[in-house]
Amino acid sequence: MAEFKHKHIIALRDLSKEDIELLISTAENMREINSRDIKKVPTLRGKTIINLFYEASTRTRTSFEIAGKRLSADTVNITTSSSSTTKGETLSDTALNLLAMKPDIIVMRHSVSGSHYFLADKINCSIINAGDGAHEHPSQGLLDMLTMKDKFGRLDGLKVAIIGDITHSRVARSNIQGLTKMGSHVFVSGPPTMVPPGVEKLGNVTVCATMNEALQDADVVMMLRIQQERQGKTLMPNAREYSRYFGLNPNNIKLAKPNAMVMHPGPINRGVEMSTSMVDGDQSWILKQVENGVAVRMSMLYHVCGGELE
Amino acid sequence: MAAEQTVLMDGAGIKRALTRIAHEILERNKGVSDIVLIGIRSGGAFLADGIARQISVIEGGDVPVGAVDITLYRDDCSGHLPHHPVGKTDIPFSLEAKKVILVDDVLYTGRTIRAAMDALMDFGRPQSIQLAVLVDRGHRELPIRADFVGRNVPTSQKENVQVVFDQANEPIEVILEK
Repeated sequence: MAEFKHKHIIALRDLSKEDIELLISTAENMREINSRDIKKVPTLRGKTIINLFYEASTRTRTSFEIAGKRLSADTVNITTSSSSTTKGETLSDTALNLLAMKPDIIVMRHSVSGSHYFLADKINCSIINAGDGAHEHPSQGLLDMLTMKDKFGRLDGLKVAIIGDITHSRVARSNIQGLTKMGSHVFVSGPPTMVPPGVEKLGNVTVCATMNEALQDADVVMMLRIQQERQGKTLMPNAREYSRYFGLNPNNIKLAKPNAMVMHPGPINRGVEMSTSMVDGDQSWILKQVENGVAVRMSMLYHVCGGELE
Repeated sequence: MAAEQTVLMDGAGIKRALTRIAHEILERNKGVSDIVLIGIRSGGAFLADGIARQISVIEGGDVPVGAVDITLYRDDCSGHLPHHPVGKTDIPFSLEAKKVILVDDVLYTGRTIRAAMDALMDFGRPQSIQLAVLVDRGHRELPIRADFVGRNVPTSQKENVQVVFDQANEPIEVILEK
């Protein structure tokens, strides 16, 4: 019987294929709770979850909060703009102070890659990564894989095109780590300034010079957000030019398979990464991604509570 | 599996027991109106299908059948043991004002039944919940008893009772392991 032995979920790189399968199948089975009249099960009664967000977030934070509440845990949200961080408290001090209040899980988003590993060494509760810099965003990777599995019934052998700012994208990294473990083939494309050298070494990844090449016969087209906040001005001339070469529209989607699904982790810059008709079109699974996010995060919270301290 | 095994019931015996339980359910409830069967995953869900088939043979018409997975309602989730895999609860109808027949394979401590009843209450307020089990092996830890029992088997707590299913999820035997 599959068992989940991790105390923390910081990166999909750290998880095995079996771990990922277990997290996804648990999410599939928990999804039914979200369509009940009474959307709550007593599983994590008495557990305290702190959502510690050092970066802006709508979807992820709300989704983690709802996930915790549907499992009957008590959830507390801290956004750093209204916390002691603004008074100069360090990450480590904030964490130790929160720890003194005995939480069971800290869900954290931080702009510094690897900050969760730094904390995991210092504290004795579970840590879930809700996004760290340009490193990983494991819950997004898992919910994307669940959504692909919804459509295709499998991940093995899928051709997944990831288009956009690969360098700054933790979503891309988590998807590459997860998908290649599950047997998918990932094709990435973006402006040369936004594709990191060596990305093909992360697994079954092919770097494509043009977006059209990546789109060819794709089962899944995943568009990434242009992260204005993470990059200097020099990476691309302007949004219009970016859109012309790396935007998804009703013409270039025809290169992908006719039943290809279109995904985006949000928030969307409409008209930049993809045209409005693609965002709202029949092939778009964007809102299903958000829906699946709650179930995936319930699964993550559930399994780290049973994990062992490493 | 060096344990000593005794076969308590064979396939035919199980089938006769389920047929009798189906008759008893109909007798007690005066027919099929408002009856729904909910099996506890995994064994109980297979047995609920079997009982439902018997009921429709006897009475005609279909009885709604659902399945409940009790993992998220267990009372032993708080320790730091790896959590059990979660199965799918599948109750695609309201339980409001229904007579729910909860079906499990082996009744032992009663903790599973407690968890299942908590789960059912989240799907509405049933008129009643009745419990049908293939084997009652005693050693209750909660004040729970079955309304319909296939076979009462006195056991020791060191023993293990298991209902074995084939690939088509049909029960083939009940075994006692010492």
